Amino acid sequence: MSKVFIALQTNEASRCIVQAILADNPDAIVNRQPAMIKIDVPDRMVIRRETIEEEVGRPFDLQEIHVHLISLSGHVDESEDEFTLSWAR
Amino acid sequence: MQIDLRTVAIEPLRLTFDHIARRLGPDRQPSRYQEGTLDIQPCDNLQYRPTWDPARQLYDPARTRIVMRDWYAFKDPRQYYYGAWTMARARQQEAVESSFALFESRDLGSLIPAETRHTALQLLLPLRHVAYAANLNNTAMCAYGYGTAVTQPCMFQAMDQLGIAQYLTQIGLLLGDSADLDDGRNRWLGDGRWQELRRLVENTLVQKDWFELLVAQNLVIDGLLYPLVYQQVIDKRLAAAGGVSLTVLTAFMNDWFSEAARWVDATIKTAAAESPANAALITAWIARWKQRASDALEPVAELALGESAASVMEHLNLALEARCARLGVPLAKEAA
Amino acid sequence: MDMKVKKKLALKEKFALMTRGLAWETSYEPMEAVYPQMAYEGLRIHNWDAWEDPFRMTMDAYWKYQAEKERKLYAIIDAFAQNNGHLGVTDARYINALKIFLSAVPMLEYNAHRGFARLGREMRGVGPQIACQMQAIDELRHAQTQIHSLSNYNRFYNGFHDWKHMSDRVWYLSVPKSFFEDACTCGPFEFIIAISFSFEYVLTNLVFMPFISGAAYNGDLGAMTFGFSAQSDEARHMTLGLEVIKFMLEQDPANLPIIQRWIDKWTWRGVRLLTIVAMLMDYMLPKRIMSWKEAWELYFEENGMALFNDLARYGIKLPDCTELIRKEKDHLSHQAWNAFYTAGMMTNFHTWIPTPEEMDWLASKYPDSFDQYYRPRFEHYRELEKAGKRFYNTSLPQLCQVCQIPMLFTEGDDPTQIAYRQVTHQGDKYHFCSDYCRDIFTHEPDKYVEAWLPAHQIFMGNCFNPGDDPSAAGFDPKKSVLDYWHIAFGRDNMDFEGSEDQKNFAAWRDQATRN
Repeated sequence: MSKVFIALQTNEASRCIVQAILADNPDAIVNRQPAMIKIDVPDRMVIRRETIEEEVGRPFDLQEIHVHLISLSGHVDESEDEFTLSWAR
Repeated sequence: MQIDLRTVAIEPLRLTFDHIARRLGPDRQPSRYQEGTLDIQPCDNLQYRPTWDPARQLYDPARTRIVMRDWYAFKDPRQYYYGAWTMARARQQEAVESSFALFESRDLGSLIPAETRHTALQLLLPLRHVAYAANLNNTAMCAYGYGTAVTQPCMFQAMDQLGIAQYLTQIGLLLGDSADLDDGRNRWLGDGRWQELRRLVENTLVQKDWFELLVAQNLVIDGLLYPLVYQQVIDKRLAAAGGVSLTVLTAFMNDWFSEAARWVDATIKTAAAESPANAALITAWIARWKQRASDALEPVAELALGESAASVMEHLNLALEARCARLGVPLAKEAA
Repeated sequence: MDMKVKKKLALKEKFALMTRGLAWETSYEPMEAVYPQMAYEGLRIHNWDAWEDPFRMTMDAYWKYQAEKERKLYAIIDAFAQNNGHLGVTDARYINALKIFLSAVPMLEYNAHRGFARLGREMRGVGPQIACQMQAIDELRHAQTQIHSLSNYNRFYNGFHDWKHMSDRVWYLSVPKSFFEDACTCGPFEFIIAISFSFEYVLTNLVFMPFISGAAYNGDLGAMTFGFSAQSDEARHMTLGLEVIKFMLEQDPANLPIIQRWIDKWTWRGVRLLTIVAMLMDYMLPKRIMSWKEAWELYFEENGMALFNDLARYGIKLPDCTELIRKEKDHLSHQAWNAFYTAGMMTNFHTWIPTPEEMDWLASKYPDSFDQYYRPRFEHYRELEKAGKRFYNTSLPQLCQVCQIPMLFTEGDDPTQIAYRQVTHQGDKYHFCSDYCRDIFTHEPDKYVEAWLPAHQIFMGNCFNPGDDPSAAGFDPKKSVLDYWHIAFGRDNMDFEGSEDQKNFAAWRDQATRN
């Protein structure tokens, strides 16, 4: 089984994104490094707009993730509501 | 270990990098534009022959017939480096976004007479493809040009043109729907009125001399097209025909054109001032492209302006000639 | 009123109208003339419409988010400069890592900028065109933000002052220079496999994640910020790399062997280039998060394998060189530091012998190699230093014809034996560091005979300071070459111990921390 990951800069916005990822991906493993947080999930990670919006308390455009992103792995699929990373096709 | 640092005055050893100091002198602290631009293209000891152009080097001044002693004589009067450019565009984008949102939420489109809206769609939607070609052409100038001072603004111009193509798409979706976009595309491909313009645009796409391409695209084609479409047609004719709200949707194009023209003018002027040979080349290029561009745009102008299209084109041609004369590349009367 | 109630378009549909909807098949000029670089590499593309856009970013969104990144970044750069942030780094030795970074990396980014501009024009599909164009301006961004961030270090420390001049000339900088000029002179499909896939997807995480996180750990807010900010664009670029490779492989099975060869070539070229990053991580960061070997295991062996497992369904195999890379990971950084330490006369940065504590750390991270092969060497150098005989090797090294790194790598199974390979081509002998560099050469000898190898050029007399007369009495060739490079003798080069940087940093920090 392959892991996908996303790495974000540590700041207030990404704190909310991380909370949302943890809520929607129970298998997520968090790895904190200086100024950076990396989250690994087996096979597939989903980031949901609604969950982030509940965290931040305002409308959130998933493309805002780009501002805080450091790196990722896996195939990307992006819609208005979900941003997914996966190895499964 | 956390160290509390007092702010102390430390005398710097130098103010900037040597390659900048060699140009500006060691006592001047350069701007971010200068530090991010001057001399940053690799130019010495280039390795390997490009498989896509084996007769030349990877970076080679000979991809145009224009000759410069110093390719960093070019200056962008806007002083755009990436950060300055992208922040300026973001501010404009915010204004565009709120105009579009207002237009949509107040349903301003419904206040525009059907005929005016129809003319706007007929005219603007095929121009998506023209802007896309301008995007490709400016990308080529960046790829094959020489020296960051001139290649960098070409890349910004390319992305600006993509932005314009996408704004035009959004306007199409605001005033109509995706069927109108298809219709615009079909007219671009098949309607007789657009074919001379399409032929001209396709000819520019195979133009190899990148500076000639800069002249043809940024000075000549844009120099006629933007004043025609956005100033003469939208801001005057269609505004007077109940389409004032359209001018809000195309405000970016007008602002952008006058801003970009400052850079285009500075570039042409610098190249022409370098040598009589450069000035003669540029003049010949303008002559080669101007008449064709004007002829190609006239049937497009007729779409919105009817019989007055010819006199408007005449006026725009004169304005372009005056502009060229100011830049040191006056067109002889018989050449024009 | 004929305004219809409009259906709201989904992101994907809208993006298609904003991108591929703009293009058309030309008829007044043949498409082959509009896109003249599409055919000559032999790749078969049947349907550009099958391209899947990984990120759907329109220009308005691009401007919005990139400007936000830029505003943040420049605010931090300004604050860092205003507060003399450079005095807050763990140790002045760290600053030498930044000298290497500035001399090598903005030039890479710049070449990528121009290379992607070419692809942004020459790729026939609009999707890849626009992704390449965005990458072209992103890469310009990276070059400029790096220059702007490090400009403040240049004002206070030596070795940064003429990075542009040096990047086109200095011996070790021909390694990154040749890598990118090699890629930029390739056809568009090979370029995108080289840079977007092999370099960005497979390898850049190794550069940015542990190294930049390391910069943060060492108190360098400036480098951390531009590093992470650049990497946030990299996520888009890597995704382009993955998308492009899938696209090419799905278009025609005949593409597989061509692409496999490119992956093999550019993975190896990239790994050789990263030798210097291995050294930066293990030797030049005073505080360390992870060793090069650990980073390699995490980002290449774990994440990279996930990628190759995924591509296996197309028939893509792990490059053969990975076996040698696995063996080299215990040795790479030590061999590189040994080479630079001994070449310390000819560098624009300072070198030093690791402290005893640092050697213990290295021994703990490299239990199978450090104490056996490298500690004795470094301790020997330390003894020489103590005796006032700091060792400098001033002879010119033999360089590999392809990667241009001095012959410093050992045989995979024998860390005491330097690896040499050699090929005769049209009567001339060419030398290589490894089987893989040799294989790259033999596949395209005409390209690689044109390499500009600094050591050869010096021997040919092409690297003396203009105006110096090699036939004049008292001509000092070594001095003349340093002058040609613009390396200020005694300020930029030699040991960290006793350097002007060391003294200034200590004095300034003392001034800034005293009341």
